Amino acid sequence: MAEWAIEAVNLTRRFGAFTAVNAINLQVAQGEIFGFLGANGAGKTTAMRIFCGLLEPTSGQATVAGFDAMTQSEKIKQQIGYMSQKFSLYGKLTVRQNIRFFAGIYGLSRAQVKSKTAEIVERLGLADAADKLVDDLPLGWKQRISFAVATVHQPKVVFLDEPTGGVDPMVRRQFWDMIFEAAAQGMTVFVTTHYMDEAEYCDRVSIMVDGSIAAIGTPAELYAQHNASSVEEVFVALARKATRHGD
Amino acid sequence: MATDRKLRGAAIFWAFIVKEFKHVVRDRKSLAILLGLPVVMMTLFGFALSNEVKDTRFVVVDLTPDAATLALTDRLDQSKYFSFAGQVRNEAEIEQVFRRGEARLAVLFGAQFDRGNAGQRQLRLVADASDANTANIVTNYATAIIAQFQSELPGALPTSAGIVVETRMLYNPQLKSSYMFVPGVMTLILMLLGAMMTSVSIVREKERGTMEVLLVSPMNPLMVIISKAVPYMVLCFVDVLIILALSYGVLDMPGGANIPLLLAECLLFIVTTLALGLVISNKVETQQTAMFISLVGLLMPALVFSGFMFPIENMPLPLKVISNVVPTKWFYMIASNVMIKGLGFAAVIKPTVILAGMTLVLLLISLKSFKQRL
Amino acid sequence: MATVVVEHVSKAYQRGTVPALRDMSFDVRSGELFGLIGPDGAGKTTLLRILTTLLLADQGSARVADLDVVKDYHAIRRLVGYMPGRFSLYQDLSVAENLAFFATVFGTTVAANYHLVSDIYVQLEPFKQRLAGNLSGGMKQKLALCCALIHEPKVLFLDEPTTGVDPVSRKEFWDMLGRLRDRGITIVVSTPYMDEAARCDRVALVQHGQIIALDSLPAMLASHATETFAVRGATGGPFHMLRDLRAYPFTKYCFAFGQEHHLVLLPNAPGGAAVEAYMRERGHATVSVQRIAPNIEDVFIELSQPPSAKEPAHG
Repeated sequence: MAEWAIEAVNLTRRFGAFTAVNAINLQVAQGEIFGFLGANGAGKTTAMRIFCGLLEPTSGQATVAGFDAMTQSEKIKQQIGYMSQKFSLYGKLTVRQNIRFFAGIYGLSRAQVKSKTAEIVERLGLADAADKLVDDLPLGWKQRISFAVATVHQPKVVFLDEPTGGVDPMVRRQFWDMIFEAAAQGMTVFVTTHYMDEAEYCDRVSIMVDGSIAAIGTPAELYAQHNASSVEEVFVALARKATRHGD
Repeated sequence: MATDRKLRGAAIFWAFIVKEFKHVVRDRKSLAILLGLPVVMMTLFGFALSNEVKDTRFVVVDLTPDAATLALTDRLDQSKYFSFAGQVRNEAEIEQVFRRGEARLAVLFGAQFDRGNAGQRQLRLVADASDANTANIVTNYATAIIAQFQSELPGALPTSAGIVVETRMLYNPQLKSSYMFVPGVMTLILMLLGAMMTSVSIVREKERGTMEVLLVSPMNPLMVIISKAVPYMVLCFVDVLIILALSYGVLDMPGGANIPLLLAECLLFIVTTLALGLVISNKVETQQTAMFISLVGLLMPALVFSGFMFPIENMPLPLKVISNVVPTKWFYMIASNVMIKGLGFAAVIKPTVILAGMTLVLLLISLKSFKQRL
Repeated sequence: MATVVVEHVSKAYQRGTVPALRDMSFDVRSGELFGLIGPDGAGKTTLLRILTTLLLADQGSARVADLDVVKDYHAIRRLVGYMPGRFSLYQDLSVAENLAFFATVFGTTVAANYHLVSDIYVQLEPFKQRLAGNLSGGMKQKLALCCALIHEPKVLFLDEPTTGVDPVSRKEFWDMLGRLRDRGITIVVSTPYMDEAARCDRVALVQHGQIIALDSLPAMLASHATETFAVRGATGGPFHMLRDLRAYPFTKYCFAFGQEHHLVLLPNAPGGAAVEAYMRERGHATVSVQRIAPNIEDVFIELSQPPSAKEPAHG
């Protein structure tokens, strides 16, 4: 069996009588950019939480970086990075302090923390802003710093939950440049987004409808399957069939 | 047109009250706080934390027993607060008895107690002060009983130094203390709920963005605030009724209090607390801050400066001065005068006027600081 | 006739140290569906709050329906509808209770004005007993719109109504706004989604508290016709494609755009065929380079280039 970065086998999660995630199957290869799409309430967040080891599945199996999400969630947490739209940065700390703090949390040694901090500041061109409070920085910068912080420990897999909400077209693309670079270096990127043009940047995408995966494949495969010319068309066609309207 | 607008105002008002009640009923936590807190506090203070001391065991050191010492020992033993645990010979033995937990109080009679003249009769009370509060209460009770006994004897029986006879016992002749807490508990509950619930419920609307919509409505912003305060006024009043029902029904609070006067004073104090809540809600942006300020900024002073927990007379002068600006002090004064002493309006005019003045000032501040915009 | 007039409005926060709006002026015509498009932090919310009388501008003036936002704020509050950016309903009240409450607050009843919201509310009706907090993002926004409409406002201000809402719900939401505009309601709506510009009569692109462009979408695209190439290729992946395209000496800038990459060249560049040849040389065998009409995002990126990058290279 190939070693998948992320694998779900009949993964199911129920909340009482409500089945948020209904027997989904997917495999994501190491170094792949995987777009995890779905309408509001389709079950994306629940699935993502299971992969991150924050939520136990009701049945089925999920493995991330070779570890079982149910029994080895602590091991998973060392192998993944996570960034959500609501940043995990501390606004009242400087950029440098944030990087140091999170590098420390991920268990990097003192020397590593030092070199990593310098490297990130250099790579993001933050030399002038490194000692400014995160609160005082523009949104686009914060997002890029968040990403750098989420990947400071060079995780095998990084989960991005709507990372580009609300930023301008330019910053959005600069952010994706970082994703492309990380993937080119072998990191697996698992990303959710409401921007359908961003779905086109992914190696493969899945579209969730009412807790199940309604389509999965490369963008080109999806156009062919659904006789469409963009992921957006496929998404709209599938999401219109949704019957569920709860979050 | 004017009546039309009035009708509309009434409808809005009613809609607000209904909405606020729905918030409270659907949020189990706030419902539990609102209705549970009075019951829990009354139970805690009334029973569990009661000052009441029953059947405290005491020993006696009486080297020269005579009629008076035997009578007093007997008197103590007869009371429901004490029970006689035997004789010991000296102070060293007292310590042993205390250590073994066999008694909490020792009564030491001086030699020739009966024959001594006034001023020469000696009696000492030694209490096990490992629990200082209980020791204090126990000695107080014993002192009271001894004082009563003394008054029946020819001549005075001086008690040894260090025993303070608290004035409140004047109004509580049976030394029964569970309902003594009612005015204090009521003060705390109203302060906490009135100020906290109002401020939190308004700040919650700010936090969730609904206040923005309400502000950009044809409704007078002031009306928004008043409509929010009134449901909590009703709820606080319900709490007062719960407290009174528990006091009279369960704690055997003696009748005789002027209930309409008490309810009117409660209403005044509720308005005070709501005004405080409004002031807080105008200044803060998050529910947590509102709650924090209500707890630390209001409840603490209420506890410390109302005279409920710590007698104000014993405070150093600066604290005494500060206590005067704390509204709870004045309400506690009113509530205990009306409920415990059974006094009428004449006796509480001064604190009532002061409280009303404070309320007026607070209302003015809250209206003045109310922002018609964000 | 202008329904909203903004004249030289400036606003700064934290005692004037953090500017939110810088000398902004524009009009919104009567009966227009007007889009304020820009990223978070551009100043959209501040502007909408000034127009809805919730904030005072530091400088400048603004009028809504011929009423001054400062002096006549009370009158304005009677005739505008406002949907703030955050989900602004009572989460612990049901759909029906929320609508009834806001109807009452605005001095009307659901029954009296049901026709105003019927075509939106009909979608919510099956869930009317559900608590608003349990609705999906799209449904919440529809309910909030109903609540903002129930008193028949003349002007509707919507602050990012489609943020965080999935593409299908977004489309439906804009369909509704179109129908409301057809009924004569002037609508000012802010959004970070550039593609929604196509749904507006006119749009203002907002960045750093300033309007960097204002026009109807076709006119805006026509007046900012920077020569733009779309580069497609099946090999190499976006990282290598972008790296190589950016390394091309005549590249001004290049970004990923969905299935392709958009490339803007410096003025002295030899043209599309030369790019294709260059990329083939670099091993991108299947590359195709085509001149395209720029879209709204291209325009925004062009307008937000730092001044130095806009300077034509010498030579």
